[in-house]
Amino acid sequence: MKFLPLIWAALWRKKTRTVFTLLSIVVAFLLFGMLQGVNAAFNSAVDRANVNRLMVANATAFTESLPYAYLTQIESVPGVSAVSQQSWFGGYYQDPKNFVFSFPVEPLRWRRIGTEYRIPEDQFDAWVRTRTGAVVGAQLAAKYGWKIGDRVPLHSVIWTKAGGGSDWEFDIVGIFTSPEFASRENQFLFNYSYFDEARVFGKGRVGWLVVQVADPRASARIAAAIDHLFANSPDETETKTEKEFQQSFLKQIGDINFIVTRILFAVFFSLLFATGSSLMQSMRERIPELAVLKTVGFTDAGVLRLVLAESVMLCVLAALAGLAAAALLFPALRDAIGVVTLPRAVLAEGVVIAVLLALATGLLPAWRARRLSIVDALAGR
Amino acid sequence: MAAIISLRNVVKRYLRGKQSVEVLHGIDLDIETGDFVALMGPSGSGKTTLLNLIGGLDTPSSGEVSVAGVRIDALGGARLARWRARNVGFVFQFYNLLPQLSAQRNVELPLLLTSLSAAQRRRNVQAALAIVGLSDRAHHKPSELSGGQAQRVAIARALVSDPTLLVCDEPTGDLDRATADEILGLLQTLNREQGKTVVMVTHDPKAAEFATHQLYLDKGELVSRSTKAVA
Ligand SMILES: Nc1ncnc2c1ncn2[C@@H]1O[C@H](COP(=O)(O)OP(=O)(O)O)[C@@H](O)[C@H]1O
Ligand SMILES: [Mg+2]
Repeated sequence: MKFLPLIWAALWRKKTRTVFTLLSIVVAFLLFGMLQGVNAAFNSAVDRANVNRLMVANATAFTESLPYAYLTQIESVPGVSAVSQQSWFGGYYQDPKNFVFSFPVEPLRWRRIGTEYRIPEDQFDAWVRTRTGAVVGAQLAAKYGWKIGDRVPLHSVIWTKAGGGSDWEFDIVGIFTSPEFASRENQFLFNYSYFDEARVFGKGRVGWLVVQVADPRASARIAAAIDHLFANSPDETETKTEKEFQQSFLKQIGDINFIVTRILFAVFFSLLFATGSSLMQSMRERIPELAVLKTVGFTDAGVLRLVLAESVMLCVLAALAGLAAAALLFPALRDAIGVVTLPRAVLAEGVVIAVLLALATGLLPAWRARRLSIVDALAGR
Repeated sequence: MAAIISLRNVVKRYLRGKQSVEVLHGIDLDIETGDFVALMGPSGSGKTTLLNLIGGLDTPSSGEVSVAGVRIDALGGARLARWRARNVGFVFQFYNLLPQLSAQRNVELPLLLTSLSAAQRRRNVQAALAIVGLSDRAHHKPSELSGGQAQRVAIARALVSDPTLLVCDEPTGDLDRATADEILGLLQTLNREQGKTVVMVTHDPKAAEFATHQLYLDKGELVSRSTKAVA
C-alpha cells in the first residue's frame, strides 16, 4: 500500500500516453461487457428453456405456417398434456423503430402452457370476453405508458386487414408479469380469433405450436411421433425441444457466440500489442529511475513487482471503467434482448481478463526492469 | 580508529564485446570510520568503478571488499540490495531524483523498504530535509528546484535511513562554484558533526580540499595518498 504513490506517479509519467492506453483498454472492455452481456443473455434464454416444452414448426422453414387443424391432432398424441399456438405478428407502435413483440394466441390454450406468466384472474376473463382485447407485459406497458382501458393501434409489417390497411386496433384489458423471465414482459398478446377473422390471407393457419409434455424424458419419442403424424403431407413438421428451438432461432441471427468470441479475440489481440508496447516504452524511459530504486535498496524482485503492479493497476482500473460503462449502457439494450442488467459473471470474467492482460503485457517490461544492471543504467549504457 | 572500509587486491574487469578489459588492477585500500575521502584521478581511471564496489552497487571480479565488517563481495542480489538500504547513502552528479515525485516522496524512497509507519517515515523525512535546509521545499517537484536544491534533496535521501557511509560520485560536477561549496560544506558538516564516513569522487582539487584524505587513482591503480591535517 505504501508503494501506491510510487506506482501511481510512474503510471502518469507521460500523461497523454497513459490516457490513450487507458482509453483503448476502456473501450475494449466496454465492448467486452456489451458483447458478452448480449451473448450471456441469449445463452441464458437457451439454458432456461422449459424441458417440458416442444416446439412444432413447418419443416420447410420455421417462418412457414402450419394448418390450425394440426393443433387438435397433436392434442390427441399420447403423452401430450396441452398444445398452444402462436404466430408472428410483426407489429410496431406508431413508428417502425418501436418494434413490439406481438403474437396472436388463444387465451385459454395459452394459459395452460404459459405457466411463467402472472395475470390477475379478472383481467384474464376480460381478455377471453373481449374480441379486440390484448394483454401486455408490465415492461412494455410501462415503456409506452399503456393502461388498462387504453385503445392501442399496432401496425403489422405482415398482415393486412379485410377492410384494408395494416393498422390493427386493440383494447388493453390486462397487464401480466413474468418474474423469472423478465424478457417476456415485453410481449403483446391478443386474440387469435379476432386476428384470423380479420386478416386477408393465411386464414386457418398458425405460425408454430407449443406442446407441453407430461414427462420430459418422453420428449424425443413424442417429437418423433408428431413429425411422423404429418409426414408426407403438404406441411411436414419439425418438432424440437424448446432449447433446440431457441438455439436454432439464434442461428437465424448468426452464431452469436462465435461472432462475439472472434471480435473480442481480435480486439484483445491488438490491445495486447498496444498496451504492451506502451508499457515497454514507459519502462525504457525510466531506466535511470529504476536504477535509482535499486541503488537505494529495492531488490530486483521488488522492482519487478513494482513494474507489474503498474500494468495491473492500469489494466484493472481501465477494465473496471469499461465494464462500469457497459453496465450503465446495458439497460439500453433491453428492447433488443430483454435483459436489463449485465450479468455478474460477465463483470467477474472481465476483471480476470484484465489481470491476465496486465500480466501478459507487464511481464516483459517487468522482467527487463528486474534484470537491469545498476551501474550500466547509471552510466547510461 | 578501525577501518570501516577495507579492500584487498580488488580487481575489476569488464567485458567489452568478447574482450575482457581490466579496469582496476588489484586495489588495496583502508578507509577509517569518520574519514572524508576525496577520490581523484583522470577521467576513465576507474573512480566510479571503485566507488560502486565500495557502495555495493557492483561486485569485484576478484579480491575482497569489507564494509563495516561485512564481506560485501560475497553478497549478491537481494542481500546486497538490503545491505545497501541499511548501510549506504548515495549521491550522484545529476541528483537522480524521480521527476514525478515531490522532494518529500523522493527522500522517503529508502524508508519504503523499512517497517516504519507512515507517521514515522514522515518525521524522518522532515528531519532529513531540515538537515539539508529544505524544509520549505518538501512539496516541490525536482523540476521546481535549482540544481543546488535538487542535490540537497538527494543528500537528504542519502541520509534519511541514517547510514554510516555516504558515497558521492562527483556531487558538485554539475554545480557552479558557490553552490558547489555549499554542498561540500554540507557534506563536511555531516562528516564532522554526525560522524558519517564520506567517500567522494571528484576531479575538482578545490572540492577535494573539503576532505580529510585524498586518494589518487590512475589507470586503475592507487598512486598516492595524502592526509590533510583537519582544519
Ligand atoms: N560496465 C562497463 N562495461 C565496460 N566498460 C566499463 C564499464 N564501466 C566502466 N567501464 C570502463 O572502465 C573504465 C573506468 O570507468 P570509470 O570507473 O567510469 O572511470 P571514471 O569514473 O574514473 O571516469 C573506463 O574506460 C570505462 O569505459
Ligand atoms: Mg566517473
